Amino acid sequence: MISIKNLHTSVEETEILKGIDLEVKPGEVHAIMGPNGSGKSTLANVLAGREEYEVTAGSVEFNGRNLLEMPAEERAREGLFLAFQYPVEIPGVSNANFLKAALNAIRQHRGEEAFDAMDFLTMVKERLQLVEMDQKFLQRAVNVGFSGGEKKRNEIFQMAVLEPQLGILDETDSGLDIDALKIVANGVNKLRNPQRSFIIVTHYQRLLDYIVPDFVHVLADGRIIKSGGKELALYLEKNGYDDLLNGNGKAAV
Amino acid sequence: MKNDSPKDRAVCDAFIRDFQNLEAQLNGQSSTPFHEKRVRAITTFAELGFPNMRQEKWKYTSIAPLLKEKFQLASAHKITEKALQPFLINGLEENRVVFVNGYFDKALSKYDMPPGVLIAGLDEAYHSHAALIDEHLGKYLQIDEQPFAALNTAFARDGILIHIPQNTVIEKPLHLLFISDVDERPFHSHPRNLIILEQGSQLSLVESHHTLSPDVYFNNFVTEIIVGPNAKLDHIKIQDESKAAYHFAATQAKVARDAVFNSTGIDLGGAILRNDINIEFTGENAEAQLLGFYYATGTQLMDNHTFIDHAVPHCNSNELFKGFLDDKSHGVFNGAVLVRPDAQKTNAFQQNQAILISKNATIDAKPELEIFADDVLCSHGATIGELQDDHLFYLRSRGIGEEMAKAMLHIAFANDIFERIKIDAVREKLEAEIIARFGG
Repeated sequence: MISIKNLHTSVEETEILKGIDLEVKPGEVHAIMGPNGSGKSTLANVLAGREEYEVTAGSVEFNGRNLLEMPAEERAREGLFLAFQYPVEIPGVSNANFLKAALNAIRQHRGEEAFDAMDFLTMVKERLQLVEMDQKFLQRAVNVGFSGGEKKRNEIFQMAVLEPQLGILDETDSGLDIDALKIVANGVNKLRNPQRSFIIVTHYQRLLDYIVPDFVHVLADGRIIKSGGKELALYLEKNGYDDLLNGNGKAAV
Repeated sequence: MKNDSPKDRAVCDAFIRDFQNLEAQLNGQSSTPFHEKRVRAITTFAELGFPNMRQEKWKYTSIAPLLKEKFQLASAHKITEKALQPFLINGLEENRVVFVNGYFDKALSKYDMPPGVLIAGLDEAYHSHAALIDEHLGKYLQIDEQPFAALNTAFARDGILIHIPQNTVIEKPLHLLFISDVDERPFHSHPRNLIILEQGSQLSLVESHHTLSPDVYFNNFVTEIIVGPNAKLDHIKIQDESKAAYHFAATQAKVARDAVFNSTGIDLGGAILRNDINIEFTGENAEAQLLGFYYATGTQLMDNHTFIDHAVPHCNSNELFKGFLDDKSHGVFNGAVLVRPDAQKTNAFQQNQAILISKNATIDAKPELEIFADDVLCSHGATIGELQDDHLFYLRSRGIGEEMAKAMLHIAFANDIFERIKIDAVREKLEAEIIARFGG
């Protein structure tokens, strides 16, 4: 699905990612954990195509194609989806118009027919249920006046409509109360299937109680310093990142 | 004359000569109070001359291109009913007042009003309603420091006169059309509008400006508005003049106790556009909403000067201007708000937002808040720049191409103003216009 090799990234001359290697196969769920400032969100944003980040070395292949050469919209059309850590508010653009434009751009890219208003409405109504959101919300402007939890649910809802091959969740759990967290996790779990992969970037182990990963990677200072199964997350929850950063982790896990 | 350039002096003299010709035509009226105002105004204009960029109110706006043109005073002119069709608004076709080159066109106008309501061309109405016109005309707008308003007053002859009597509610919006059609030489025209709403009355007015050809001409409007106690006026002005034309418009509104004045201006045309909109609250608990949208391309210059005078307590003003500036266009926004010492419990909000679509476009924006009362709520804000990168990225990250994403964001920016327009047919017409321009 996605193959990241020796990825180096800088923002304004400061190197943030210092050689990331990561291989995600279809159907796998990978969690990326790490302390603040380790480069987790940078990785998510670089993959989505944010232009402020400069890739200085390395390669990323997505389904055999060079991801780094594609503009952001093409990445999305090829099946990559980033659930933002801080979804932006866009006054004047309704959720419905926004999603319809996105969905039809992706469908056109795949050589499928554009959805008309009726097909679209039928489909989104069903997907809204996945994140327990009301239909009224389609007519509201994108994220405007949404609570933190609603914004994150909107991200998962968009993912459900656009049906990507790879979903990247950038700290989707941060700031959510337990009820909202369960709704978000439940939505993601329903979208899991043998072809669809996820990279879940999180600071807390809590989310991984609800979305159980196949692999856990620990990112620190721009490098993956430890990889393991889901038990690695439990170890981090118990011992914190410091223990691992001090070099004790290898012995403990 | 304050202006010391001999070339500008010569331009002024040409207008003064046109005034003398007009005076000769108006022999029957030469002793009326109306004409006395004209004579005073041409004297004021001769003293002021045209403004230049050394003057504070004109420091960003050069009118040099206007002064290079040769104009003759507009005369009455006929157009066909068919020529009018593209400018009509669905549902308001039977409720229209038409002016051609500044003159009331009775044959093209159609409207049906309740008894007591006066809607007429100013020139014609001066025969039957001289007392009303003499009482109000020129009383509210100060021409001493406004050369264009002085020029308008000197040449004032025709325009719309609206008088809505007490407690009369006009349900259906009235459409005022100002059509320009250059015959041979570029004209200068000075329509003078007087709109009086008596206590408890209500009117919704849609004023639109169009041209039949992309010619040079000079329209110089003055509109005086009196919104009486507890009355309500909704005024939408759509300016779509020739891109080679000059459009100057000064509006002076007096808003009385418990009254509401909503003003929306949409500017699309003109080589140089200058709006001066002054709102004065004269009684407590009055409210004014002042919205503006402009879209400048090519080398258009669009200048909005607004002044809201909170002279009395407990009034609310809400001002929002939004604009797009493309190519080498130039925008100017100067928003003055004065809260006088007695005007406690004033709420005054002002927002000015401009998007520079092209790197060669420029805007000069200046809020001027002067607050002399202490118990007030006032704010102003300005955002000027390109589209927000994070908005654009968010749309693109969902698969929407860059061009389409920009179009969606542009339309959204304009919709912030359009969605406040309550007349559906007007809003839909404007939305379609903007969508066509952005290809969304």
